[in-house]
Amino acid sequence: MKHAIKIAAGLGMGTALVMALPAWAQDAALQAPAAAPAPMVVNKGDTAWMMTSTILVLMMILPGLALFYGGLTRAKNMLSTMTQIGAVACLAMLIWVMYGYTMAFGDGGGDFISGFGKAFLAGITPDSMAATFTAGVAIPEYVFICFQMTFAAITVALVLGSVVERMKFSAVMVFGAIWLTIVYFPIAHMVWASGGLFFKMGALDFAGGTVVHINAGVSALVAALILGKRIGYPTERIVPHSLTMTGIGTGLLWVGWFGFNAGSALEANGSAALAMINTFVATASAGLAWMLVERANGHKGSALGFCSGIVAGLVAVTPAAGNSGPFGAIILGAIASVVCYYAVSFLKPKLGYDDALDAFGIHGIGGMIGAIGTGIVYAPSLGGPGKADFDMSHQLVTQFATVGTTIVWAAIGTTIAIYAAKAVTGLRVSEEVEREGLDLGEHGERAYN
Amino acid sequence: MKLVIAIIKPFKLDEVREALTTLGVAGMTVTEVKGFGRQKGQTEIYRGAEYSTNMVPKIKIEVVCAAALADRVVEAVQASANTGAIGDGKIFVLDVGQAVRIRTGETDDSAL
Repeated sequence: MKHAIKIAAGLGMGTALVMALPAWAQDAALQAPAAAPAPMVVNKGDTAWMMTSTILVLMMILPGLALFYGGLTRAKNMLSTMTQIGAVACLAMLIWVMYGYTMAFGDGGGDFISGFGKAFLAGITPDSMAATFTAGVAIPEYVFICFQMTFAAITVALVLGSVVERMKFSAVMVFGAIWLTIVYFPIAHMVWASGGLFFKMGALDFAGGTVVHINAGVSALVAALILGKRIGYPTERIVPHSLTMTGIGTGLLWVGWFGFNAGSALEANGSAALAMINTFVATASAGLAWMLVERANGHKGSALGFCSGIVAGLVAVTPAAGNSGPFGAIILGAIASVVCYYAVSFLKPKLGYDDALDAFGIHGIGGMIGAIGTGIVYAPSLGGPGKADFDMSHQLVTQFATVGTTIVWAAIGTTIAIYAAKAVTGLRVSEEVEREGLDLGEHGERAYN
Repeated sequence: MKLVIAIIKPFKLDEVREALTTLGVAGMTVTEVKGFGRQKGQTEIYRGAEYSTNMVPKIKIEVVCAAALADRVVEAVQASANTGAIGDGKIFVLDVGQAVRIRTGETDDSAL
């Protein structure tokens, strides 16, 4: 979704689109006169690819993220972590079709949210079409709704990385519903919908570096600060119970991320191919870079470091996927990996917050590096797809403004959502349950018998 | 020489270890165990099948020390593993007849 999506229902090309044109890859096609729009036709190849991408993103959540996060927690909290991720993703799917989609991508509306005309998917039928980035080429709107639905679901699940092992299941559900409503839907609208604030500013975010990763990372940090540290952190030995599971989760995330990034082209075309190759090489470079920086700091290159580097690279390449050349992406991945390493190894202990699974350290920091870096690697002189008249300084101002606004919005919205969850549920499990493990205390089961 | 066996709550291990190290205890053996006493176990339900096991996960610590040190070891464990709640565990003290360090062949107190 590097550009906003126009839904087919009789929409012409508004001035908002024209203002944002320099940031787009296919502006020639979009500059077709609004007076004579080409009739839209559903392309079956694109549709098949988008259906595949959608379920690839689902696989990133279940089991990808669930295993990745679950393996990093202690054995007594494995089921709690996996169940919170799965349940909050399901909640996001239901809210999405009720009012999330219309808030983010409905007709009308303003800078911050769309209109509510598509609440409960009103008026959408199997014949409804969603535009792609090529004039006249569409995919069924139901496919677009599903694709975007998985993004909402994974973003709220990512936030949980900082609060696992101590937050009540009920609190997670209340927090998730409020957070999606006041943080995710507005930011998705602002970045990706044609009427959105950042979209009109021409912000570059191919697949969700800002909407998904900075948003989730900053929210995770704020949530962890309000929730407080786990009992025993950082003096007791709190270590991942299964790096094997984390390794499996990492692989599933990487594979699924091709749906996330290359799917964001909305078509099976060259733009998707660019996103695909970048999702390979930026990630490869980041995985190795993390191990190298471990060595440079006098440690052994570690398996968890490798997995962390992979995810940092995937995060950083997300906004840049179709907005960078492959070699720009390699550099971007390596830089993000190194910066994330220092964030989780030095910044976190120094500041003392308990971001349990480093949702902020990797998604927040990696997302910021990616979002700012995208304004650089987009330049044609660096092999990016930008036009010859690309103005890097202007683009960087836009990128910084988008990142800054997202940070503030996410921080305020998360604070509201967490305190609301606290008022309704008490937020945190009892000390006894936390010691015994949330698997038994919250779910009445053990992961391993 | 005495063998001190302590059954404690798992999260107390670090504190107990620290207390014993301060006393000059040079080593210990730790095992993850399950058992029951007065503390009740949790109820688990899998698709409606309910199991209430009395078995609670605990840590068993075994320390062999010079007889003169045994009382202080017991005191240190009792103080550091105490939460005041049911399930804090128990301490047992046994006599040890002989000890040998495998590498050097040293025996008894000098083998500890």
